[in-house]
Amino acid sequence: MKSFTYERVDSAAAATAAFARMPGARFIAGGTNLLDLMKLEIETPQHLIDVSRLALDKIEATAEGGLRIGAMVRNTDLASDARVRRDYGLLTRALVAGASGQLRNKATTAGNLLQRTRCPYFYDTNQPCNKRKPGSGCAAIGGFNRLHAVVGASDACIATHPSDMAVAMRALDAAIETVDAAGKARAIPIAEFYRAPGKTPHLETVLAPGELITAVTLPKPVGGTHIYHKVRDRASYAFALIAVGVIVQRDGTGRVALGGVGYKPWRVEAAEAALPRGAKGVADGLLAGAKTTHENAYKLPLVERTLAGVLAQAKG
Amino acid sequence: MQTSEEFELSRRGVLAGGAASVATVTLVPIGTAAAAAPAAKSPPTAKVAFEVNGKKRELELDTRTSLLDALREHLHLTGTKKGCDHGQCGACTVIVDGRRINSCLTLAVMHEGDKITTIEGLGTPDKMHAMQDAFVTHDGYQCGYCTPGQICSAVAVLDEIKAGIPSHVTADLGAAPAVTKVELRERMSGNICRCGAYSNIIDAITDVAGVKA
Repeated sequence: MKSFTYERVDSAAAATAAFARMPGARFIAGGTNLLDLMKLEIETPQHLIDVSRLALDKIEATAEGGLRIGAMVRNTDLASDARVRRDYGLLTRALVAGASGQLRNKATTAGNLLQRTRCPYFYDTNQPCNKRKPGSGCAAIGGFNRLHAVVGASDACIATHPSDMAVAMRALDAAIETVDAAGKARAIPIAEFYRAPGKTPHLETVLAPGELITAVTLPKPVGGTHIYHKVRDRASYAFALIAVGVIVQRDGTGRVALGGVGYKPWRVEAAEAALPRGAKGVADGLLAGAKTTHENAYKLPLVERTLAGVLAQAKG
Repeated sequence: MQTSEEFELSRRGVLAGGAASVATVTLVPIGTAAAAAPAAKSPPTAKVAFEVNGKKRELELDTRTSLLDALREHLHLTGTKKGCDHGQCGACTVIVDGRRINSCLTLAVMHEGDKITTIEGLGTPDKMHAMQDAFVTHDGYQCGYCTPGQICSAVAVLDEIKAGIPSHVTADLGAAPAVTKVELRERMSGNICRCGAYSNIIDAITDVAGVKA
């Protein structure tokens, strides 16, 4: 690990001010992904700003009838919150499908959104990777890519976003609240939060340097049956091959978001109109324009079949 | 017990001696280099104070030091093990402020004021924690390397179930989770046992939870 200086801050304003003084610094909260990457020298910040003690660890009701989840709320606490379990079951289900108990105790809401891909070539510093080293190439294209993206990828990068939580957040129309060094706050709909890889896969979100996530908000509950089905190589503690998150209403309408298929949680609202008629039309709409390799082509039928199973389960 | 105590002490003595001699070897050249070439900077350090197994500890550490390395290399609490050092195996599991975490994936300097419990704080060879006792009774290990992490994790898992924290296999999110083998297997999935003592580990935890296996 490269050496770094360290400071702990007690407010969001102090955090962004610290970043302004030390461009190239990184915020650290749970640290479960950042430290892992620092050990491998994939991340080499010269300065760490510890934001883990910011008073952003509450889950509060909003005036609109939704929830505001503080950026520092731990994954375990978010999954366990009585309101989340009752009204946003998809979010609890997605959270507990991810990582291990130890990691969920540490990982934060904001950090979960910002975690980086688990593409093995991103992790292997002996291999080219446009995300890790822009311009070096992509070893996953033509390499071992059974786990990789089938939609939204580019000639520069076919990595997937690893988060389960983000899939639920996408289906729930979450918004990400931030503050920048000038103290300016904004709310970014999760649909607009992640950047397509294009020619610049190292740029993963629309956050500006030093912009700090302060909260994630959920609109008021939409009811319905919430199911998160994650397909993985092990029964527990593994990243998704694909994941299907649904909210299905009694009349058969609803929402679908996918994990493990692209650089972001994948949702195509227009495709959801076909939901009352079953999985095929929805899957076709979600995966329109999919580009597969011989190793990951299985994801297309797997999405459709998993969605069919989930819709049957929702009918009860 | 006397024999194992002596072995424990002499093993620690060797480790501490080893660490001291390494420190001597490295300190001399750094001192010399600093005098000759002031450009050679030593890595940044920071102070941290926390409580380990009920005892206040103050350290000044290279900022890169993980909580795991602080416990093992600086406080010589070598019960906590380093397996993968990347949060994948769970051998380094300790309990911080009542929650189990991977001590390898957290910086020691981030734990100012925290209360840390390691396997040494749960029990001693003469006065074992109920979970340690149950692991012995049920033969919940073979080589023993993952065992401290398994036991710290298991103790915290029972507290998590008691606190109503749901898991991936909890059928009803509105109801309190129960202590079942399926729940325990899911909740212990962050602790890998290469010897494959899993079924005995689950028996040990079930025993401590006081439910019929």
